[in-house]
Amino acid sequence: MTALAHVPTPSGQAAPPPPRRGRHRALPYLLLLPGAAWLLIFFALPLLQLAATSLYDPSGSLSTGYAMTGAVGNYPEALQAYWPQFVRSFLYSAIALVLALLMGYPLAYAIAQKAGRWKNLLLVAVVAPMFTSFLVRTLAWKTILSDNGWVVGLLRDVHLLGPDGRLLATPVAVVLGLTYNFLPFLVLPLYANMERLDPRLLEAASDLYASPLRAFQKVTLPLSMPGLIAGTLLFFIPATGDYINAELLGTPNEYMIGNVIDSAFLVRLDYPQGAALSFLLMAAILAIVFVYLRKAGTEEVL
Amino acid sequence: MRISRWLADRWVMGVALLVLAYLSLPIMVVAGLSFNRPASRLSYDFNEFTLDNWTHPCATSDMCDAVVRSVQIGFIATVVSTVLGTLMAFALVRHRFRGRSGINLLIFLPMATPELVMGTSLLALFVWSDNQLRAIFGFGVPQGFWTIVIAHVMFCVSFVVVTVKARLAGMDRRLEEAAMDLYASEWQTFRRITLPLVLPGILAAALLAFSLSFDDFIITNFNAGTTVTFPMYVWGAAQRGIPPQVNVIGTAMFVIALLLVGASSLRGRRARRAALTAPAVGAGTAKSRP
Amino acid sequence: MITMGHDTPAGDLRLANLTKRFGVFTAVDDLSLTVPQGSFFALLGASGCGKTTTLRMIAGLEEPTSGQVLLGDRDIAGLRPYKRPVNTVFQSYALFPHLDIQENVAFGLRRRGIRNVTDQVERMLALVQLEGYGRRKPAQLSGGQQQRVALARALINHPQVLLLDEPLGALDLKLRRQMQIELKRIQTEVGITFVHVTHDQEEAMTMADTVAVMNAGQIEQLGTPADLYEYPATAFVANFLGQSNLLAGEAPGPSGDEVLVTAHGLRFSVPAGRARADQGPVFLGVRPEKLHLVERPDQVPAGHQHVGGVVTDASYVGVSTQYLVRTAWGSELSAFSANSGVGGQLPLGATVVAHWDPRHAFLLPRDSGADDQTTPLLDQPPVGALS
Repeated sequence: MTALAHVPTPSGQAAPPPPRRGRHRALPYLLLLPGAAWLLIFFALPLLQLAATSLYDPSGSLSTGYAMTGAVGNYPEALQAYWPQFVRSFLYSAIALVLALLMGYPLAYAIAQKAGRWKNLLLVAVVAPMFTSFLVRTLAWKTILSDNGWVVGLLRDVHLLGPDGRLLATPVAVVLGLTYNFLPFLVLPLYANMERLDPRLLEAASDLYASPLRAFQKVTLPLSMPGLIAGTLLFFIPATGDYINAELLGTPNEYMIGNVIDSAFLVRLDYPQGAALSFLLMAAILAIVFVYLRKAGTEEVL
Repeated sequence: MRISRWLADRWVMGVALLVLAYLSLPIMVVAGLSFNRPASRLSYDFNEFTLDNWTHPCATSDMCDAVVRSVQIGFIATVVSTVLGTLMAFALVRHRFRGRSGINLLIFLPMATPELVMGTSLLALFVWSDNQLRAIFGFGVPQGFWTIVIAHVMFCVSFVVVTVKARLAGMDRRLEEAAMDLYASEWQTFRRITLPLVLPGILAAALLAFSLSFDDFIITNFNAGTTVTFPMYVWGAAQRGIPPQVNVIGTAMFVIALLLVGASSLRGRRARRAALTAPAVGAGTAKSRP
Repeated sequence: MITMGHDTPAGDLRLANLTKRFGVFTAVDDLSLTVPQGSFFALLGASGCGKTTTLRMIAGLEEPTSGQVLLGDRDIAGLRPYKRPVNTVFQSYALFPHLDIQENVAFGLRRRGIRNVTDQVERMLALVQLEGYGRRKPAQLSGGQQQRVALARALINHPQVLLLDEPLGALDLKLRRQMQIELKRIQTEVGITFVHVTHDQEEAMTMADTVAVMNAGQIEQLGTPADLYEYPATAFVANFLGQSNLLAGEAPGPSGDEVLVTAHGLRFSVPAGRARADQGPVFLGVRPEKLHLVERPDQVPAGHQHVGGVVTDASYVGVSTQYLVRTAWGSELSAFSANSGVGGQLPLGATVVAHWDPRHAFLLPRDSGADDQTTPLLDQPPVGALS
């Protein structure tokens, strides 16, 4: 630009381009290969196998072998036989989700914004239940909700339950179990999101004439949306597919679709039907997930 | 006026504490039942205080065998999935390559798929390949210990990737540049700077993987053959009557995990700050699947 | 591993036709300059001007698209960072959080296979006045202390060139002043070539022997701080370093020792030695502190040139009062009047005459069509409006 800037360049050279460093273009693929291969072989491929199984001739059996007949009819048949369990799965997990939101949202907010120096302790308290076995904890609810327990006793005393009323082996117990078991998965992503919420935004909102309710509605809620979406997914997916709560806390009247699939594969050995039901469950859940992801984007939920 | 204002400031915390009480109730029950002498095999109510369960945890030897088997499976699955997942996390954070979104999807899907579906589909694969192998070679791969390991690695890998990725992405690239500027070769930079700084994330991922594997029931149930892990033992016992020693194991797991968390938080108050910026580390000791 | 001796005199650092492109964006554009051995050299520019990229290419952290980085006669442009006798003090320091101060400082020595480092580390910590801090972790140190650790960690390797990337940017004003003096002291003591990147013109001028002002990947002007300030080469430099009143004018061509300029119907002259351009569209430049205000034309000293105007703003800033004077054609000139106790304050609306010694004025080339550039009373001129 100006003459001054250009100091004469060193003598006699047509500057050769600097030697390229050996950038390993293959390196990322090498790093990915073992893990990706594992996921392809033991996650993606089995899904294909499951799809094939769902189309096997239902008249076969494990011992005599199945014939691949493209039996699309397995799907409507399975649905016709087990639609109540299907509906129940989504109904129970939806009710549990609402309960979990009512409990989890204030909890996440309190830990992220109000806990101060107790934050880490409270966070550990959220995670702590998961330190011990899922099944053992679920069985503990059997003790808590037992007909001889103080919860049932109290409810009978205040006449919320009749003198012979029970909690165990009712839909209430199953929904409570689902809520309890998956609540931390809702709270943790919500907390991670709300931790980044700048409290000055709420101050600014109230400075700009927003009541606490309006401030929540216009600032806190929209900003916590990504955490809310991730949390509801992490709650809803395992809750819908769960059958442990229904099995341990309910009766066959409370069975969810998981119980049916479990027995199809492990008791009745009706593989085509079990596979068809699995696929229906996954299709329904994936549909919900992808509607959500259109809002959030994959990376954000991860 | 003053009271309503005080309430307005505190009610969220009050609700939060109630929810936490709800969350910790079963643990207390488990701990209490571990000191119980049940009235009958099928009773879940507290009957009589005893220390027998703690002094004789292996009174039902099946259970202890199952615990040992779960630890073995958990250990192998943890090592394999941590290595695979860490490599993938490095590729995703540190490299540009084609097909990134496909890989992201492959990692994300196992976390979004119900365990039930993963369990049944693996069962379908194992049964199919067993039949094929039998037809061709005359012997197959029966389901058991190793099919459980394969399944556990599969569902742990994604969680490892996510945990390590968060730690790695939060790391200042300039630290590595500074090391290179200070005469550290690529390998030395990795060995002296990158690895020590990412290690807490890798350890958290390993812990997460172990607890996922140790506690998994649904996927294991479909792929275990006749092998019995601890959750499967509990499941089976729930039909026949639960030995109170199960509660001893449950309480011991809880206490050990709590001690681990306490020790790590005492060890590094500075590390805690880093852990909070990368929430996956804070949540790392938790499981993200039952 | 490291082949060159670290204490052999290196010779000058020379950048030859250095270019760096990121996709279509050219960060550094055919840049050539020489940094004499042992000098304190500052690269000054606004953010995004390419100064940090230039520094990173010298360090080896960025690969030049083309051009050479020469140390003495050796081209080091292709060497990996750890093969270069060059060390960097990073912006925000990049101290290794998991190592204590001693191990941070010893890092470079250890990587070169030197076993006994304690004495050297102690001496280096003494040099930066951090004796006794060796066992602490970086997070336990204040910003100023961390900055000095970063300096010690680089200097202990006796690099031939030390690169400093906005090293004082994260410090508060008082600490920054203190560190400026300290850096200068250390540089004099160790005699290593320092290349200092900064956007703070005052910092560059206080510390450096030579300052290069960068803009859009190129060097606008290179010289001593006084040269740059007193006789800027371009309108960009005139406005980036301090403030200037630049009046748009036309010069008919040289006439003897003087260059005549017509601006806004008035005739001025500038000594030929202070004209960067003497024909066509030019800027006539006068620094605000060289512009004196009097009340009547007959008070203008002999030989001074002047324009008339009205005071539209007066800001009292302690050491001086900064006035804005609107000329007949509407431009507002700024004038700083030292509060030396002589003369009183001028009221708003007062009719004044602004005058200057032609030897303090300068002529710069001007894009035809560019109007007056008289800077408002801001600390930093808006960069986008210039160039």
